Amino acid sequence: MGKLNVEEKTIVVPGDVLAEGMDYLPAGGAFRENDKVISAQVGVVEINGRLVKVMPLAGAYVPRKDDIVIGRVSDVSYSNWFVDIGYAIDAVMSLKEGTTEFVERGAELSEFYGIGDFVVARVSNVTKSKMIDLSMKGPGLRKLIGGKITTICPIKVPRVIGKQGSMVSMIKDYTGCQIIVGQNGRIWLSGKTPEDEFLASEAIKLIEEKAHMSGLTDIVKEFLEKRKKEGPK
Amino acid sequence: MVPKNYIQTLAKKNTRADGRKFDEFRKPITVEYSVSAKSAEGSARVTIGDTVVVAGVKTELATPYPDSPDEGSIMVNAELLPMSSPEFESGPPSIDSIELSRVVDRGIRESKALDFKKLCLRVGEKMWIIMIDIYPINASGNLFDAAALAAVAALKNAKFPKVGEKDVIDYKNLSDKSLPFTFMPVSCTVLKIGDKFLVDPIRDEELAADARLSVTFTEEGKICAMQKGGQKQLTHDEVLAMIDLAAVKAAELRKCL
Repeated sequence: MGKLNVEEKTIVVPGDVLAEGMDYLPAGGAFRENDKVISAQVGVVEINGRLVKVMPLAGAYVPRKDDIVIGRVSDVSYSNWFVDIGYAIDAVMSLKEGTTEFVERGAELSEFYGIGDFVVARVSNVTKSKMIDLSMKGPGLRKLIGGKITTICPIKVPRVIGKQGSMVSMIKDYTGCQIIVGQNGRIWLSGKTPEDEFLASEAIKLIEEKAHMSGLTDIVKEFLEKRKKEGPK
Repeated sequence: MVPKNYIQTLAKKNTRADGRKFDEFRKPITVEYSVSAKSAEGSARVTIGDTVVVAGVKTELATPYPDSPDEGSIMVNAELLPMSSPEFESGPPSIDSIELSRVVDRGIRESKALDFKKLCLRVGEKMWIIMIDIYPINASGNLFDAAALAAVAALKNAKFPKVGEKDVIDYKNLSDKSLPFTFMPVSCTVLKIGDKFLVDPIRDEELAADARLSVTFTEEGKICAMQKGGQKQLTHDEVLAMIDLAAVKAAELRKCL
C-alpha cells in the first residue's frame, strides 16, 4: 500500500517526496522516480483520488491546443501574421486561418490586422518543437478595438474566471465593462468610461493578489460594492 | 502593454493609464544613500513608483585638460541594463543611453553646482575626475528624472578617498571630505500628448508622446539645462507652459533629497 507524505494544500519545493508506492500517480508538476512521486515545482499540492498534482505559485504561459488567447500582432509577412501571445516565441497565424473573407493575390495583409493590433485568437496547434499556430475561426474570435489590456500571472487566470465564469460576470455586472479573459493572462476590458475600466482592472489585480485565499468571491464583491458606494471621484 | 492610441484617447478624456492626474508623480519617491558603500565613494538608489535607478560616484586622479589646466572634470555614463527592461539589449551604448547620460551630465555641469576649480589639486598637473555611473534597475518610465535625482544624491553622498605619497589613492579609506558640491540641480521632464502636458510618464506614455522637454533647475529655480525630445514640434507658449509645470514639480522632487 502506498504512502502519502503530504496533505492537500501543503506548499512543496522541487525534490520533495510527495508519495511513495505505485498507488499514487504523478500529474502536472510532479514526476515518478522508482516508486516515489516527487515534486518538480514550487507550488501547492492537490490530491485528486490517486492523482498527486502540484499547482505552481507562479509561472510563464505555456500554450496548449484550443486555448483562447489575447495576442498583439508583432509582424506581418506575405501570407502570415506573427502574434505575440506572451510565450517565448511569436505565434504564427496563416492567412487561411486569419480571415474567412476572400483575399486577393498580393493584397495588403495589414489591412486586416496591422502591427500593434490586439486580437482574440485560438491556439489551433502546438507542434512538437513548440511552434504555435493561431486561428481566428470560431465564435467570439476577432480583432479588439479600443478598450484596455490588463496583464496578470497566467496561473491565476482560472481564479479570475471563477466557477462557470461567476467571478468575471460579477465584475461585468458591477462595472458594466465588456471583458475577455485570455488563457495567456491578458485581459481585455472595455467600458463606457475610463473609470469603469480602472475599477474592473483594480478588481482583477485584487483577485491576482488574493488568488490563494478562500472566499475570494465575497472579498471581490465587498470591494466592488464599497467602490460603487463611494461613487466616481 | 496598451492598445493603439489608448494613451491619446485617455488624455482626451482627461485621465491617464494608471488613473493619475497629469501633474502627479508616482508614489513612493524614495532616495537611499550609500547603497554601495564598499565599492563606490558615493552612491544612491532612487525609486519613483516602479522605476528604480542606482547611481555611483568614483573618483580618479588625472592630468587636467590643456584648455582648462586649473579645473577638474566629471564624466557621466549611463548603461541601460537588459535586466531592467525587455526593450534594452546588451552591446554598444544605444542612442537612449547616450542621451540619458548627456542630459544628466549637462544638468550637473551647467548648473555649476560642482566647483570644478576646487577639483584641481595642482594647476596643469593633477585634477580629480568625478565619474558618475547610472544603472537603471527597473526601467518603468521617466528614467531622466530618476537618473538625474540619483546622480545628484550620489554626488551629495560622495567622500574623497585618502591620497598617499606620489598621488597614490587609497580607495579603501575614504576621508571625511565631501565633494565641492554646493547645491542640488533637479531635473523634471514634461511630456506633451495631444494638447495635454504631463509629468512622470510610464513607459507606454513615453512611447505615445508627441514631444518631451527635460528641464533642470538650480536651487533658486533658475533654468540651467534643457533637452527637447520626441517627434513633434513645440510652440513658444507650449515651451513656457511646460517649463512652469516642470519648475513646480522639480521643487517637489527636491524635497525628497
